[in-house]
Amino acid sequence: MKKLFLIGLKDVRLAFRDRAALILMLLAPFLLTLGLGLVTGRFSGSSSSGISHIPVILVNQDGKQLGNALVQAFQSKDMNGLVDPTISNDPSAAYKQVDANKAVAVILIPAGFTDSVIPPQGQTIPSATVQIELYSNPVAPTSVGVVKTILDQFISQVEVGRVGGQVAVTQLISSGRISLQSAQAVGAGIGLSQASQSARSSSITLNNETPSGKAVNFDVLALLAPGMALMFLMYTVSYGGRMLLNERNQGTLPRLLVSPTTTVQVLGGKMVGIFLTGAAQMLILIGGTTLLFKLQWGDSLAVLALVLAAVFGAVGWGMLLTAVAKTPGQVSAIGSAMMLTFGILGGTFINMDNMPVWFRTITKLTPNAWGVDGFTTLALGGGLHDILTPILALLAMGLLLFAIAVVLFSRRGLTER
Amino acid sequence: MTAILSVKDLVKKYGDFTAVNGITFDINAGEIFSLLGPNGAGKTTTISILSTLFTPTAGEATIGGHSVTREPMVVRNLIGVVPQELALYDDLSARENLVFWGQMYGLSGRNLKTRVDEVLEQIGLTDKAKNRVKTYSGGMKRRVNIGVGLLHKPSLLFMDEPTVGIDPQSRRAILDTVKALNQQGMTVLYTTHYMEEAEELSDRVGIIDHGELIAMGTQAELNRQVGEKDTLVLHIDESQNGAALAAAVRKLPGVTQADITDHTVAVMAPQAEEIMAPVITAANDLGIKIRSVDIQEPNLEAVFLSLTGRALRD
Repeated sequence: MKKLFLIGLKDVRLAFRDRAALILMLLAPFLLTLGLGLVTGRFSGSSSSGISHIPVILVNQDGKQLGNALVQAFQSKDMNGLVDPTISNDPSAAYKQVDANKAVAVILIPAGFTDSVIPPQGQTIPSATVQIELYSNPVAPTSVGVVKTILDQFISQVEVGRVGGQVAVTQLISSGRISLQSAQAVGAGIGLSQASQSARSSSITLNNETPSGKAVNFDVLALLAPGMALMFLMYTVSYGGRMLLNERNQGTLPRLLVSPTTTVQVLGGKMVGIFLTGAAQMLILIGGTTLLFKLQWGDSLAVLALVLAAVFGAVGWGMLLTAVAKTPGQVSAIGSAMMLTFGILGGTFINMDNMPVWFRTITKLTPNAWGVDGFTTLALGGGLHDILTPILALLAMGLLLFAIAVVLFSRRGLTER
Repeated sequence: MTAILSVKDLVKKYGDFTAVNGITFDINAGEIFSLLGPNGAGKTTTISILSTLFTPTAGEATIGGHSVTREPMVVRNLIGVVPQELALYDDLSARENLVFWGQMYGLSGRNLKTRVDEVLEQIGLTDKAKNRVKTYSGGMKRRVNIGVGLLHKPSLLFMDEPTVGIDPQSRRAILDTVKALNQQGMTVLYTTHYMEEAEELSDRVGIIDHGELIAMGTQAELNRQVGEKDTLVLHIDESQNGAALAAAVRKLPGVTQADITDHTVAVMAPQAEEIMAPVITAANDLGIKIRSVDIQEPNLEAVFLSLTGRALRD
């Protein structure tokens, strides 16, 4: 085990002494992120995430002021182009639309939602709590995240209206401006007015409230930066593969194999080296964009877990590539093509949520797609439990590909090719 | 004498090509044994098998009584390997290279540091130990390449053509290092296609050609195989018909063998001086211009020529 890390650390040291590799591992993704941030207007305040026309179905069984206000919020000018809301009266049909990947989410506003917030005329207390339901498509986490953000914002403002009404009534009673008998009617009116106005107001933007109550801004760079980092992570893993084949050509690999070091230790050490290099690259990029672009990546522990899983999945591809290729040149050529293809499929340049199902299924073969999904979820306020699926998928991907690579290496041999 | 290395009927085939064809030899503890042969003779393949890198197609080899095929990890701890090509990390310094390779041989802590310092002193690179290897001259790189093989104080050191492509001064330093290591008790298997190196270093020499060990013994024993003959070496122009000259010279009395190699005709005879005049006359009769003539006393080159009909440089 010790030799695995010694070989791995030696490879990290060599990688970080290679200036050309450093440019592609660190500088290129950083500059591309910066460039795309400028193009999308992120740094001028007119950012566009590239996400548009998210198909969402609203089922308004409430039919009263707040339910209608939520529908209006989704149909407002501010949401024009971002979401494509459809009104439906049939929840089952709406769910089927989501299941068939024809819509990203269903927002079901149950009957009695308005009454559960503001007591109807003639009643003194609100009815039992009625919750809005969000039925979402797990294959489109980015778009679902945006819908959830809008919904959370609405609910938050409704809560503001409800509390505001209570406070206003209390103050009016204590100042003697209204009687106790008229308090209920006045309070209902104020709360309804505030909640409805808040919900309709143009202040609804891509903001989300995390469970901790801390506001998280959805940032276009939260999509771009992980995409870039993951794309250039593929460069790093192919670079690691190239190093392995270079070692064979320059004689250090045969020399390792005549030392008291097993083939498994050598291969494992190379994998550790690529893994550590990739993890260092990702963490440096995350640290850099956090400090320089003020980018919020989300929960630190979850980000770390996702980084490690994404690097593991990518290393699997790197090892497979190395096992298949015969020369360092082949690794470079195939690696570059793989980096770009995976970058596109993984959603580095375009949002994949609106793509056909079969296409999105293919993208899941890439660590980039899982990684982008996970990082977007975290940037939108999700936690570790929200990214368990991407993490498990990436770990499984890495294990499977490494196993295949080992089989190929054992068949061909590390030195006698 | 105790054999530290025993090789018996070793064969290595790559498809239809036989790189090593049934060689058998022993190396005694404390001796320098050279495998002398031209490029492609099978020297590196033999060392690759003995160092456990390649698996033999047939035959067996043991080092310190341990099979190279069945107990490779034990064998690897007993041997040091200095490969023909430089096997170093150019972007690491000499010290970093030695530390890494020492760790691969299980050295650590104070022991590792001590050995690295000793080896740096031994190869004369203590002052430049922190410089990256890529800034070194070819000779300095060769010395680091050797140093790596010495770190764990192996009982048996394999040196595969360690002087290829370096300047005479560095070559001299390497040969002196080999002798010093041997005087300290290290057994050395040295491969080369330079006759002079084999003659200078070796207690015994094995001559290998086309994967077969065609002769083996001390230098005196090998010379006796030639029969204490001299070699008259005639250098002719490229345009001249050396084959015709060799054929004509073979018919002269006192000539035991005559072969043509790269515009050089080698003529063997008990006394080279006695055949010089008739050989030159034969060349004149054929209209062949001789550029120069050398007389070589019995040596390993002559032994190889006698056994194969070709010069070592072929």
